[in-house]
Amino acid sequence: MKMTIKSTLLASAVSLTMAASALAEPVKIGMITTLSTGAGYLGEDVRDGFLLAVSEEGGKLGGTEVEVLVEDDGRKPGNGKQIADKFLKKDKVEIMTGVIFSNITPVVVPLTIKAGAFYVSPNSAPSIFAGKGCMENYFVASWQNDSLHESAGVYANELGYKNAYILAPNYQAGKDSLAGFKRYFKGEIAGETYTKLGQTDYAAEIAKIRDANPEMVFHFLPGGMGINFLKQYSQAGLKDKFPLVVSTASMDERIMSAVKDAAVGVKSTAHWSVWLENDANKAFVDGFKKAYGRTPTVYASQGYDAAKLIASALKATGGKVSADQDGFRSALKKADFASVRGTFKLANNNHPMNDWLGQEVVKEADGTIVNKVVKVVAKNHKDAYADQCALK
Amino acid sequence: MLLLLEQILNGVQLGVFLFLIAAGLTLIFGIMGVINLAHGSLFMVGAYGAAFFTQLSGSFTIGLLGALVSAGLTGIAMELAIMRRLYERDHLDQVLATFGLILFTNELVTILFGRTPLFLDVPPILNGSIEIFPGVDYPVYRLAIIGVGILVALLLYLIITRTKAGMLIRAGSTNRDMVAVLGVDIGTMFTLLFGLGAVFAGLAGAMAGPLVSVEVGMGEQQLILAFVVTVIGGIGSVRGALVGALLVGVVDTLGRAFLADLLKLFMDSASADGIGAGLSSMSIYIMMAIILILRPNGLFPVAAQRH
Amino acid sequence: MMPSASKIAVAGTIILLAALLPYGLIAIDQEYLIGLASRIVIYGLAALSLNFILGYGGMVSFGHAAYFGVGAYVVGILSFHAFEGSTLFGVPGSDSALFVWPLAILLSAFAALVLGYLSLRTSGVYFIMITLAFAQMLYFMFVSLERYGGDDGVIMYNGRNQIPGLDLSDEVTLYLVSLVVLVIFMGLFAMLVRSRFGMVLRACKQNEARMLALGCNVQRYKLTAFVIAGSVAGLAGVLNANLTEFVSPDYVHWTKSGDLMIMVVLGGMGTIPGPVIGSGVFLALEEFLPGLFELIGLAAYKEHWRIVFGPLLILVVLFARGGILGLMTKGKSDA
Repeated sequence: MKMTIKSTLLASAVSLTMAASALAEPVKIGMITTLSTGAGYLGEDVRDGFLLAVSEEGGKLGGTEVEVLVEDDGRKPGNGKQIADKFLKKDKVEIMTGVIFSNITPVVVPLTIKAGAFYVSPNSAPSIFAGKGCMENYFVASWQNDSLHESAGVYANELGYKNAYILAPNYQAGKDSLAGFKRYFKGEIAGETYTKLGQTDYAAEIAKIRDANPEMVFHFLPGGMGINFLKQYSQAGLKDKFPLVVSTASMDERIMSAVKDAAVGVKSTAHWSVWLENDANKAFVDGFKKAYGRTPTVYASQGYDAAKLIASALKATGGKVSADQDGFRSALKKADFASVRGTFKLANNNHPMNDWLGQEVVKEADGTIVNKVVKVVAKNHKDAYADQCALK
Repeated sequence: MLLLLEQILNGVQLGVFLFLIAAGLTLIFGIMGVINLAHGSLFMVGAYGAAFFTQLSGSFTIGLLGALVSAGLTGIAMELAIMRRLYERDHLDQVLATFGLILFTNELVTILFGRTPLFLDVPPILNGSIEIFPGVDYPVYRLAIIGVGILVALLLYLIITRTKAGMLIRAGSTNRDMVAVLGVDIGTMFTLLFGLGAVFAGLAGAMAGPLVSVEVGMGEQQLILAFVVTVIGGIGSVRGALVGALLVGVVDTLGRAFLADLLKLFMDSASADGIGAGLSSMSIYIMMAIILILRPNGLFPVAAQRH
Repeated sequence: MMPSASKIAVAGTIILLAALLPYGLIAIDQEYLIGLASRIVIYGLAALSLNFILGYGGMVSFGHAAYFGVGAYVVGILSFHAFEGSTLFGVPGSDSALFVWPLAILLSAFAALVLGYLSLRTSGVYFIMITLAFAQMLYFMFVSLERYGGDDGVIMYNGRNQIPGLDLSDEVTLYLVSLVVLVIFMGLFAMLVRSRFGMVLRACKQNEARMLALGCNVQRYKLTAFVIAGSVAGLAGVLNANLTEFVSPDYVHWTKSGDLMIMVVLGGMGTIPGPVIGSGVFLALEEFLPGLFELIGLAAYKEHWRIVFGPLLILVVLFARGGILGLMTKGKSDA
């Protein structure tokens, strides 16, 4: 059922653009994202959010016909490069988007920029392109990677925790996450552990946490790893003893639905929530549910916002991208659109300054488990690298 | 000291869990001489079966039964369609064909169940924890896994050494034609045996479900470990698989638990964390290499292998 | 057993066509496919090297990607240091192919010597598994190399290596260089398997006990073959690092070793052109199967192309033992 709805939506988007192409060349948008492997749901949500924005306008963004080409990178940088080559050389794509993982972004983005196209990130935004390496045609509609974890550090402060045990997988994003958390967390670090990538058994780490007796635990274990950890952590009876404060990547809708009660009480930070009360968000959540029959995740919101950001610039230039690079760029910078997160402002390095929300997973009276917004923990949060960027 | 004891227990528990996966593998491997990479897929089928039927019925017992049946049936289907054509082939063909099976099963499960991991919780009766050492609560479910592991070990041992079927099986693996001449239908027996191996994989998957994410690809993460276990122990030896599993479990757990702290005695803490994590993830492969170099046929070599 | 004149003519024509391929692709505005062609050539080289020990030596190595990865990492790491202007064990970073490539081959050979020596103490299933274990060890080692990006890998910001007089940054040039390397090694391997060394190696595969009884030092022959295969795989890794300008632990992942085995068997094990054909078919399927799904109206399923690929592989293993080459030549001899 899910498939049919999606495929008809896809098909209508495609056929609309094809019908239109007979009249005027549509603007081509290349989306390289992760659709297969265990992490495939991230790309699926980004894609669906993005395409929802396109189908809302009947195949247009900002009044301009667009053609969205979607390819799966299989979470492999090599594949990402091949697809980028194909999009840029064969299809002459003018705008690129879609990459989920921070090891693929550094492969795809430089190629895109070198070819004279624009890149608008719906997810990953590693630090190398946020500081000295920032680029005028590279825009981010999500967050700078570190901000995810910095905001968790801020939240932990606000909750009054004085010492924390922190753990993450032994890879770059994991190390960045712990550094990001520590940058803002004012308390002590009771212990720090790096786990194996794709680890399934966490008994040893859990025993270490118990032994360290911290006030709270921060971890960055996205996807399956987070599910493994949460199930085992809650079974060991530690969830209430040493509460978890994490970033949205370690507590998304899919993780919640896979662990259910084991998620109750977990606190997390995010820049968007399905509960946000603004008109754009209500329309988005309703539209997404109607189109796909499921509740949108934070990734879907990012895909949607990325499309809306592009739409705002296309509207300003009347559909010109390469033909009016300066106009398109300054329109993107203005970011004149109603974001589902309420406000949307870009810092000088083209990364958004988000309001970060503190959330807590609670069990409602009817037994459903929801991630409720508790408060705003950081307003207009600028990332740590923006000052090193030479852009204005 | 208590922490060390607890970590050793954690290691043993992981070891028993690995034995659960390796049991079916070593059975098929040892008796039928087939390398089955798709064993991890059967593990996944078990976990999905358990999650699906538990959700449907609300009872973990029914879920467990569902897991065993679905894994067993999948195994029998695999045997009839593909595996039986591979017995007389070399290991290379077996590796490749079963590699193809992994690709197929993974995509099929993705299409059927989507990419969201399924929910499966600990059954209420095994929920909670008991104090095994002062101040250390140990989850009952992990103790239950140890119990099931021991049961499986006993069961396997009895099947192979004490039953008539076991004797025929052993005879069949060394001399198929002779047994066939004696009027035993080796074909059917191998089908059922493969199904039994699949049931063991399904049992491991169902037991793992409440502890880990029930998702596509969950089998491959365990598959390689299970192979390490069987190879260290000596292919086809149940005793070897048990010892190998315990070794791998304890080495892996203790590495994760203490290596980084140990290295901090010699170097700064940041590099100790990095190197410690790196070394501990390599530890079991290093151990396997050392054991094989010293004992090229594993710790408990089984005599009279075909090939 | 000299190859006949007609065979040489066929081979020459194919090589000529392969050399002209990129110009043809440019002419029909399908330039992006040159990258695919380069990958086919490079993976063909890696599969060719695996086939030498697998098809001729009977050594089922499930960790051949390890040497592919070592070669690639030498390129990536030296490029990293050249970009940073730093040194590694006193060796400055470098982008010069004349320095980097031989070093990469040498180190791959060394890795194959050590790991091969240890692995060859075992046989049968144990050999398959110990080679897999060694590759996994390297995989986790590369993941924990924090300086070189860990799991993210190394991006070669300086671009491809430099060869005096050639511009490797040009896609066609890189393709042609890879093609020349491949053709040379196909020739070398063809001669090698016909040599005394190759005879002994093949005899070992068929009946090791007899060769031992004949007083032949089987282990030494096998190890030599293993090292040759490892160094050629290292060279393929070098070329691939240059193609993608990027190196990561993914190069050594166990599925990569599996892919190489599939290519060998798919094309035709124990033949010289087989692995290259296998590489071509494998990578072309990977590239075009999703598109094919779209074409027949299953666009929503296109990322599930493996559901076709898996059974295809099983069918080849079960029913086409000689691989694609076997099917082709069988048709000919029947006629």
